[in-house]
Amino acid sequence: MFNPKIVAFCCEQSGVPASEMRLGEVADLDLKSVPNLPNLEIRPVPCAGRIETVHLLTALEQGADGVLVFACHEENCQYRRGNIRAKSRLLYAGTMLERIGMEKARLEICNLATNDGVKFSKVLTEKVEQLRKLGPNKFSKISSEVGKE
Amino acid sequence: MIKAEQKPVEEIISYLEPYNKILLSGCGACVTVCHSGGEKEVALLASCLKMARNNGGKNLEIIEMTPARQCEPEFALELAEIIAGVDAVLSLSCGVGVQTLARNFKSAVIIPGVNTVFMGETTAHGIWEERCQACGNCILEKTGGVCPIARCAKQLLNGPCGGSSQGICEIKRDTDCAWQLIYDRLKSLGQLTKLSEMIPAKNWGTESRDKGPRKIVREDLTI
Repeated sequence: MFNPKIVAFCCEQSGVPASEMRLGEVADLDLKSVPNLPNLEIRPVPCAGRIETVHLLTALEQGADGVLVFACHEENCQYRRGNIRAKSRLLYAGTMLERIGMEKARLEICNLATNDGVKFSKVLTEKVEQLRKLGPNKFSKISSEVGKE
Repeated sequence: MIKAEQKPVEEIISYLEPYNKILLSGCGACVTVCHSGGEKEVALLASCLKMARNNGGKNLEIIEMTPARQCEPEFALELAEIIAGVDAVLSLSCGVGVQTLARNFKSAVIIPGVNTVFMGETTAHGIWEERCQACGNCILEKTGGVCPIARCAKQLLNGPCGGSSQGICEIKRDTDCAWQLIYDRLKSLGQLTKLSEMIPAKNWGTESRDKGPRKIVREDLTI
């Protein structure tokens, strides 16, 4: 079965701690029932506002099948508007992807809290299912090279 | 500063179709400020173009560079060695920068990646508005620092017209009437008497480019 590669940009104020809960690193939560995703790459950022549009596109270019941004809830950003900026950049990246024919659904932002390990897992699982339906990213460098062979 | 917008990616892709190795050159001046052709936009567009070509099964090699000012030959010439080794140059500078490259690199294909739109001001982050049309004879002293050539839809030199309503231009609800702005500004400066002076019609033949491309020569600076 196609196991999509997902790059998850995680805000250190929310996404990173939530991802640690999802990985079962918090002992009192039973989240280990969530299937493991070996193709998940977590990229911590000090704030979602640090993510530039180019980071989202290069992740896809370098071989990711999907990109997720885990940011703090709106109006709850430590740096005031970082999550809003991330959302705008993601929307802009989506329009660029559409223009070259790629599905913009490969990009998604999720607002969550520090203790939202369950939500983190749920979003990831849904993204995996969605990407399985979409199939591999044919626009990436790796796909292209594989295609040649 | 000069304001520009990136061309649609589909249009750029169609221009690059025959080429396999290009220089994607941004510009560190005006187009960096208006986020259409700076270093960030170069990286973003390069990623987009490479992905589009990957999907077609035909790789595109892109060298990314952003000289300080592409419209100055001193900076443009720094690209000489790279331009010699590529099939074409995609320039994200304004139309001036594109022509500087075309003039200095006779055998290179230079493709514009942005549409140069106007000379304007940043009124808020991500919003730019036209402020100057380079008419060649500035009348801002008479109009309180608000330009009717660039900002009045009819370019009236003695306004307002009958289409101004509650300070808004009749052409668009989001466009201020330039002559209302001029009135408000002169009033706040205590210079309303300036409105009683007629501004004579401009000599468009000599003051604008209606008589052909313009040129400035400073003999004290020429070598």
